Amino acid sequence: MLAFLIQRVLQAIFVMFVVALISFSLFHYVGDPVMNMLGQEATEADRAALRAQLGLDQPVVVQFWHFIVNAAQFEFGISYRSARPVTDLILERLPATLELAIVSAIFAVVMGIGLGIYTALRRRSWLANFIMTASLIGVSLPTFLIGVLLIYIFAVELGVLPAFGRGETVRIGNWWSTGLLTASGLRSLILPAITLGLFQLTLIMRLVRAEMLEVLSTDYIKFARARGLSKRVVNLRHALKNTMIPVITIIGLQLGTIIAFAIITETVFQWPGVGALFITAVRFVDVPVMAAYLMMIALVFVVINLVVDLLYYAVDPRLRAQGGGK
Amino acid sequence: MSSTPSSDNQRLDQRSAAPVAGHEPGTAGQEPVLSVRRLRVEFPTRHGTLVALDDVSFDIAPGEVLGVVGESGAGKSMTGNAVIRLLEPPGRIAEGEIHLSGKRIDNLPEDEFVPLRGRHIGMIFQDPLTSLNPLFSIGDQLVETIRAHLPMNEREAREEALKLLCEVGIPAPESRLDSYPHQFSGGMRQRVVIALALAARPEFIIADEPTTALDVSVQAQILALLKRLCADHGTAVMLVTHDMGVIAETADRVAVMYAGRLIEIGPVDEVVRNPQHPYTKGLMASIPGITKKLERLYQIEGSMPRLAAIPSGCAFNPRCPHAQKRCRDERPDLMPAEGSRAACWLHDPVDPLPPRQDVEGREVSHVR
Ligand SMILES: Nc1ncnc2c1ncn2[C@@H]1O[C@H](COP(=O)(O)OP(=O)(O)O)[C@@H](O)[C@H]1O
Ligand code: SF4
Ligand SMILES: [Mg+2]
Repeated sequence: MLAFLIQRVLQAIFVMFVVALISFSLFHYVGDPVMNMLGQEATEADRAALRAQLGLDQPVVVQFWHFIVNAAQFEFGISYRSARPVTDLILERLPATLELAIVSAIFAVVMGIGLGIYTALRRRSWLANFIMTASLIGVSLPTFLIGVLLIYIFAVELGVLPAFGRGETVRIGNWWSTGLLTASGLRSLILPAITLGLFQLTLIMRLVRAEMLEVLSTDYIKFARARGLSKRVVNLRHALKNTMIPVITIIGLQLGTIIAFAIITETVFQWPGVGALFITAVRFVDVPVMAAYLMMIALVFVVINLVVDLLYYAVDPRLRAQGGGK
Repeated sequence: MSSTPSSDNQRLDQRSAAPVAGHEPGTAGQEPVLSVRRLRVEFPTRHGTLVALDDVSFDIAPGEVLGVVGESGAGKSMTGNAVIRLLEPPGRIAEGEIHLSGKRIDNLPEDEFVPLRGRHIGMIFQDPLTSLNPLFSIGDQLVETIRAHLPMNEREAREEALKLLCEVGIPAPESRLDSYPHQFSGGMRQRVVIALALAARPEFIIADEPTTALDVSVQAQILALLKRLCADHGTAVMLVTHDMGVIAETADRVAVMYAGRLIEIGPVDEVVRNPQHPYTKGLMASIPGITKKLERLYQIEGSMPRLAAIPSGCAFNPRCPHAQKRCRDERPDLMPAEGSRAACWLHDPVDPLPPRQDVEGREVSHVR
């Protein structure tokens, strides 16, 4: 168990190191920040001063070392554009993105698993067939189109839900602002959350259905029936647990992509999250913000992966017996 | 889950009149625990209906072991699956009746049938490696099975599970209760499967090739165990197997299947030593060691027809050395034939077909 954990953590650190290298190289390959910040008119002295202030005058290896040390402390320097600490900018935007991502994830996972089970158990019913067909649309439509369609139907035509923004927010503690406690905040969350979660929902549903159908045809399910266990116990205790083993991995990866995909949804709904911040940063070649964003997404993926591995381990006794590794 | 004290008990005890007139010989005097009458199982497909079982009838007496033999694809598993109602869709019972201890069960609604499984009809499958859910400890699987049938709480059910594991010969059961299936050898797993199948003391179990997937060295042990437990509890067994040696040693009677039909049934001694149906003769002759006087192994020419291409009349006629016009036109029912009963016109009590003889006057067989 411990060996398994250590091995996974080392892998995670390695992945983070590679991403750090990529983020760091942005500084050198995407424009000259000093030029960008000061413009053509600045004097050579001004430039040198700024260069020194940003640490750009030191050898590359030293710069990279500083970058990593700072990143490990969630320090990403000063935004080229707003001249404020990048960490502050991200922390300000993070609650909006996390709330959106978590609500979408819950929506996608709960509905995806529920519909997956339903369509597997009732695979001959017309409703199950209808859901399967509809899910094809969910998989094939691009996210921004779904967002625009939802806005058109529910905000423009029906006028029942807001088309953009986060609604009213309430501060909790020093830096968390939540939209979950106000009516307008909750209503603003509905369309973006559906838009962001729909793709994962259909993916999870189809996966759960396929896995469940496979599990339902196994000998141990047949034997569970032959032992006289009720339909409920066979389907929801035995079949579901076995179905979830491969599904857990995919769901974990999908949660990572939800945060990454939030960029598009945030842009469509003018949602004030880190995704929108990243888009702005790209437009203004604000490299520190871009680098910090990349590192953040990578961290999310790595942490989720780690959790998934541990979950796997908790669910499957065969892995536990082997003392790790899959 | 929660315990469901079996209300089906009462139902089965209010025994209705005997299912069908006239038990078959061999179960005379006792009400059969299982009685299958004119069972027909169909698989509707796009290219027409496949008939997987056609007009299958047999009885099993309480405590009796009925061996079922036949080539792969003959319908042995299909028969067991139909009885316990675990046919794979779209397979369905199209005709016939199944009676359990005198009570008709094939037409029960699903929710009344489910509690019969495990409680009155048990089942053991071929492969012990895949019969147990890998994610649940064997203790969990035993407890849930016991509690599905008997009014016990968790603690009592665990006690009972320990007893069962003892009974099937798992060493140190207290320490194995929380183990998972992968921590057991194949033979041990099959013992656990037997414990599960017998947990609620059904009066009848179907054992579908219970040792085929096991190491040869443990096959005999597992069979001996199964035989002993069933004898102790008076459990009747339908034992499906390829192994005629096992049949000879374990079964009281034997049924021979061919192309979804039952073609011969009778006491083991009779069928093994004095088979009556030409197919059974060929089958017995092809097995070394059963009839020692054979100087060479016989093999039946041709192969069993696919379901989609079963010939009219007697399904065996294309391969039978005695086949005549009547065999191709009319399908024979089971008819008394010496000590057993065979579905063959050679044994028609009114107008028996004359067997073909070779030049020396011996009955022709399947020499190749
Ligand atoms: N799901 C199915 N659909 C159609 N035919 C099937 C199906 N399952 C089994 N069969 C056919 O039914 C026949 C009997 O099979 P089975 O009872 O498994 O044979 P065995 O005697 O070897 O146990 C075989 O011809 C097989 O091909
Ligand atoms: S009925 Fe005819 S074809 Fe069939 S086994 Fe008997 S003799 Fe052979
Ligand atoms: Mg079989």
